[in-house]
Amino acid sequence: MADLVAWLIVLAIAAYACAGGTDYGAGFWDLLAGGAERGKRPRWLIDHAMAPVWEVNNVWLIFVLILMWTGFPSMFQAVFEALWLPLALAALGQVLRGAGFALRKPTRRLAQRRVYGAAFAISSLLTPFFLGAVLGGIASGRVAVGTTASADAWANPTSLMAGLLAIASTAFLGAVFLSSDARRFGADDLVDYFRLRAWAAFAALVVLALVALPVTRDDARYVWDGLTGGLGLLMVVLSGVCGLATVLLLLRRLHGPSRWSAVATVALAVLAWGFAQRPYLLPTSLTVDQAAGAAQSLRWLGIVTLIAVVLVGPALVLVYRLDTQGRLEPLTDADTAAAGTPGDDG
Amino acid sequence: MLSIAVQLASTPPQLLPAREQMAFTLATHILLVPFGVALPFITVLMHYRGLRRNDPVALLLARRWSAVMAVQFAIGIVTGTVLSLEFGLLWPGMMGRWGDVFGVGFGVEAWAFFLEAVLIAIYLYGWRRLKPWTHWWLAVPLPLTAALGAFGIIAANSWMNTPQGFTLDAQGNPVDVDVRQAIFTPMFGPQYWHFLVAMFMTAGYVVAGVYATGWLRGRRDRYHKLGFTVPFTVAAILTPVQFFLGDSAARAVFNKQPVKFAAMELVWDTDTHVPEYVFGRLNEDGTVSGGIKIPQLDSILAGFKPSTEVTGLTSVAASDRPTATQATIAHWAFDIMATIGSVLILLALWYAWIWWRHRDLPPNRWFFRCAALAGAACLITVECGWITTEVGRQPWIVYFDMRVSEAVTSTRAPGIWTMLGIVVVLYAAVFAAFLAVLLKMRTRWRLADAGEAVRGTLDPETDTPYGPRGQRPPDRVGAAPDGPDTTSGGDR
Repeated sequence: MADLVAWLIVLAIAAYACAGGTDYGAGFWDLLAGGAERGKRPRWLIDHAMAPVWEVNNVWLIFVLILMWTGFPSMFQAVFEALWLPLALAALGQVLRGAGFALRKPTRRLAQRRVYGAAFAISSLLTPFFLGAVLGGIASGRVAVGTTASADAWANPTSLMAGLLAIASTAFLGAVFLSSDARRFGADDLVDYFRLRAWAAFAALVVLALVALPVTRDDARYVWDGLTGGLGLLMVVLSGVCGLATVLLLLRRLHGPSRWSAVATVALAVLAWGFAQRPYLLPTSLTVDQAAGAAQSLRWLGIVTLIAVVLVGPALVLVYRLDTQGRLEPLTDADTAAAGTPGDDG
Repeated sequence: MLSIAVQLASTPPQLLPAREQMAFTLATHILLVPFGVALPFITVLMHYRGLRRNDPVALLLARRWSAVMAVQFAIGIVTGTVLSLEFGLLWPGMMGRWGDVFGVGFGVEAWAFFLEAVLIAIYLYGWRRLKPWTHWWLAVPLPLTAALGAFGIIAANSWMNTPQGFTLDAQGNPVDVDVRQAIFTPMFGPQYWHFLVAMFMTAGYVVAGVYATGWLRGRRDRYHKLGFTVPFTVAAILTPVQFFLGDSAARAVFNKQPVKFAAMELVWDTDTHVPEYVFGRLNEDGTVSGGIKIPQLDSILAGFKPSTEVTGLTSVAASDRPTATQATIAHWAFDIMATIGSVLILLALWYAWIWWRHRDLPPNRWFFRCAALAGAACLITVECGWITTEVGRQPWIVYFDMRVSEAVTSTRAPGIWTMLGIVVVLYAAVFAAFLAVLLKMRTRWRLADAGEAVRGTLDPETDTPYGPRGQRPPDRVGAAPDGPDTTSGGDR
């Protein structure tokens, strides 16, 4: 049962990396969209594409945390004590990002939109970096039960690479999804705009992965061995194949399948990390069995998850279906019969 | 505050900032919770009325409320995510030892919340393209998911108040966890229903208060009347119910957490014929200064007769009970909550009486003044209720099983003080911006309604309430041409 819950955590992280990652990627491209005039159309698309689903996507993180403290309380405690600073910074990033995005939508004045937009975009960069750095710190074996907070736990080569890889994969996902969203919303010029950026992000991803190989070889030996052999290697290879497939699908302008292959690229990479780290939660000091919480709690966690999948699954399918069919549209001023006030930008 | 600092001198220095940070983030998050839990219900109710009676005013109100809900829900998600991270950042000791005992409730909450986020997304973004009744039916489960989410959170909090469902081994670690016992603890029922009704009341009174203010300023159209009546009626019906739920919650505290009850009621020594203090301050020596003393009443309230024995604070060692200051804080919070609750009952009765006699809103300006204040008063009671239950439990994070000081992170105090500072500044900015956005929305809506009235079209909804937009009036700033691209910024 402990193994099952451990895999649930890996799956929830993969889901957050894909769903939340796409939104972080949108924020990344928002940051690079240029000035108010030049970036107007990409930003409009980002606002439109993210709005209905970003809250749902964000809840995966809460789910990861709850599975951690209920399933493996000692691991949860160790991680939050050793990696206090990056996690605190990620929490602050969450505030800036969510508030920035949510408040930009109903704001009309350009100066205010700039402030909210900047908060949203910059924290879209920082939050995935710090969350990636946390995973890197764990993977490198720097966190054990009783480790006190130190810069070494997260400011090290593996954490740095993991943080950068996290940013690159969110940028990749974001660009692939936005490219297909652009077609959905009929903004044909933006299809190629984001297609180009998807390719660039994939290239960055490949370069970073190649750099990471020698850098992490000695720094995170256990996970490195896991990723370069056995099932871990298989997942890495599959992930790479999916990434290449995405590039080709984008070339053929097959946007529907390209989203699936992009999601598979990131999800498989997270799974590869899961396989590489077995049987440890904290390599090489704490195994899944050692950290497991009370047997009955784990069993109930499984039951609750099962019931929830039955309840949430259809709802999630419905929201993504409605979203991709273009059935979800924000309320406009006409809907709420709002009038313009002096100073609005229209 | 000073005496708290003195008391903490013997405890880890990071305890004070950690506690302040948790208090601050919770106190702000809890102000949004009533709207996350109950605003969907009130909106769905108004929406039903609009569809059923083909009432464009009700539909417009529902649409505008859902526009408010969109911003509010987003901010609530943000502050809620911060709280779940703070469990680890501030209280790793509690999660490390007890996470597997009381965590399953959070598991329920996370999934319920997930479902709520999905459904709310469909509801908020479904107005334009979904069939009217399909759209409404998809929103119906929303209040249920909100109630389920509250179930998870209150299960965890009531467990901290009356922990059970485990045995301690020789090292003091919990073993033999029984999840059902850990979820359905003695305080769970009283806390849950009291909390849920409080959320519905608060949302109802706050929303009604907005329209009461408009009414007082002379905007006496059907729009304001309907916007006031529906939420106010919901809240007014629940007010007397809440009175009984609150009383039973207090009695549950008396039975299950006697030391907390002693703090709430300033009872120093265990005794019968205990007097009730309305406000007043507890001194270190056990005397009470100030306040109104009513003989015998506390015993009567606790057990219906003067001979009821009430446990006092001195029944446990000084280090195991709230300090005099903490007891005074819990007592004041409790008394303010009870006082406001009682006044609100009078308001609800006033409303019921007039409605029964005249089938109309009370014509009295004072009624609307009180109604406008009721929302703010309710928010205060929510804060007070939470302060009562949290401060009254001190110095325990898990009642008589773990002290707050044992749960706190080992991160050094300066780091947490810094984070607290950043969080306060950040939250102040976010909440100010949130309020500014809401006020701006209100202004825009009011201007539009005033414009309609001037042009003589009293019906504020000139367009079809559902389906693709018709031709927009040319004087609407920000209107975009038809098609998928309907918001600003999409010109090409």
